[in-house]
Amino acid sequence: MPPFGASELSTMTGTADASNQPVIVLHNLVKFFGRFAALRDISDSFAPGKLYVVVGDNGAGKSTLLRVVAGLMEPSQGSVTLLGSTNVREVAHRVGYMGHAPLLYDELDGMENLRYFAGLYGLHDDGVCSSAMQQVGLDPAMERRVGQYSQGMRQRLSLARAVLHNPELMLLDEPFSNVDVHSARDMAAILGRVRDQGKTIFVVTHQAPLMEPVADEFVQMAAGKIVARESRNPMADASLATGGAR
Amino acid sequence: MTRGNVLRATLMKDLRMEWRSKDAINSMLFFALLVVVIFSFAFNPTAEESRQIAGGLIWVSFLFAAVVALNQTWARELRNQVLDAYRVSPAPPNSLFMAKVLGNFLFVVILEGLMAPLFVVFYQLRSVGPVWQLIVVALLGTWALVVNGTFFAALSIRTRSREIMLPLILFPISIPALLAMVDATTMILTGDGTPEFWLKMLLVYDVVFTLVCLLLFESVLNAE
Repeated sequence: MPPFGASELSTMTGTADASNQPVIVLHNLVKFFGRFAALRDISDSFAPGKLYVVVGDNGAGKSTLLRVVAGLMEPSQGSVTLLGSTNVREVAHRVGYMGHAPLLYDELDGMENLRYFAGLYGLHDDGVCSSAMQQVGLDPAMERRVGQYSQGMRQRLSLARAVLHNPELMLLDEPFSNVDVHSARDMAAILGRVRDQGKTIFVVTHQAPLMEPVADEFVQMAAGKIVARESRNPMADASLATGGAR
Repeated sequence: MTRGNVLRATLMKDLRMEWRSKDAINSMLFFALLVVVIFSFAFNPTAEESRQIAGGLIWVSFLFAAVVALNQTWARELRNQVLDAYRVSPAPPNSLFMAKVLGNFLFVVILEGLMAPLFVVFYQLRSVGPVWQLIVVALLGTWALVVNGTFFAALSIRTRSREIMLPLILFPISIPALLAMVDATTMILTGDGTPEFWLKMLLVYDVVFTLVCLLLFESVLNAE
């Protein structure tokens, strides 16, 4: 499998949000699962054009926060303003989401998957799909079905699906899981360059050290709250102690 | 992006996936075939008796077989949580629903087309009434089954035992349609009376339930 290329950003570029309005505003956000509070009264805002890395232990509420922001879950209380709108569907075409699962059809090959998802965003140009595949280091001519892909290839294709429509805001949940360290570093570098084009990126990951060279801000979560926002990785010491990816 | 484009893309994607896996059509066919053979051996009816019971037999076997396909419909979208990719996109939810309904309609109509000659052979069926009316009943009846079936299959996808839930919800709500389908089919096969009333009832049932399902589908899709 070829590594990520250096000149892969041609179609990922786009206009950044001209205003300096926050891309995401969280207002007293609470999310309950039964009696368990996964998110506890989160109020915060995030500026455009930055790469945020959301870190925290398992169960801290990282993925739940991302799903609520993406509109996949309704908050129990509070509200989310996304790209100036409280109606996520209104701005859905400006947001890219990559979930924990690959969100791909195993029975279709890579191009067929991307063609279908591009169609959902009103894109009917095969060039967009093949370019997105090349950007993540996959061969558009490969006819192998996704069910026969390795985990790493699925992750790459999933990233291609998320960036297919050139979104202004990307919400990526564990994009490096099951990806080898070399490819993960390449992916992180790509995300850095995408950010440089004015996009806002949220990456939820347990492999925060990979993002250190490109991250603008680390958002640390614990027990359903945002407990720290800083420019250095707050989990760095813990990562070193446990031998985290570097 | 238009509703039509998304509907067509989703339908073509589903047909391609079914063509490759043949999950739904194979299991439906096998199930319907078993019902035809078992009932034929169990009852061994004469041609006249067949005309009296065939309406019920045909539609009950198609209903049971359709449930197999309906359960598959959303299972594909749940694997790898692909449904989330649709939900975060700006594509209209109703286009997804209608694509699923049309896909299921096509699968069940193909099943009916393949099974019809077997019913004729095993039950020595000869229709006294006009055959074209049977086709109308089949189309309206199949739509009634799949539109509700697709909707309730979506409703039950987040339940733990969805294979059991679907028939439990679908069968009671399908009783009026099933009654109309069975009575209309029996009338046409035996030539006793005209099936006009039942056909009108089926048409109204189809229109009402299609509209209700379309109105409620977005809530079902986004339910947690």
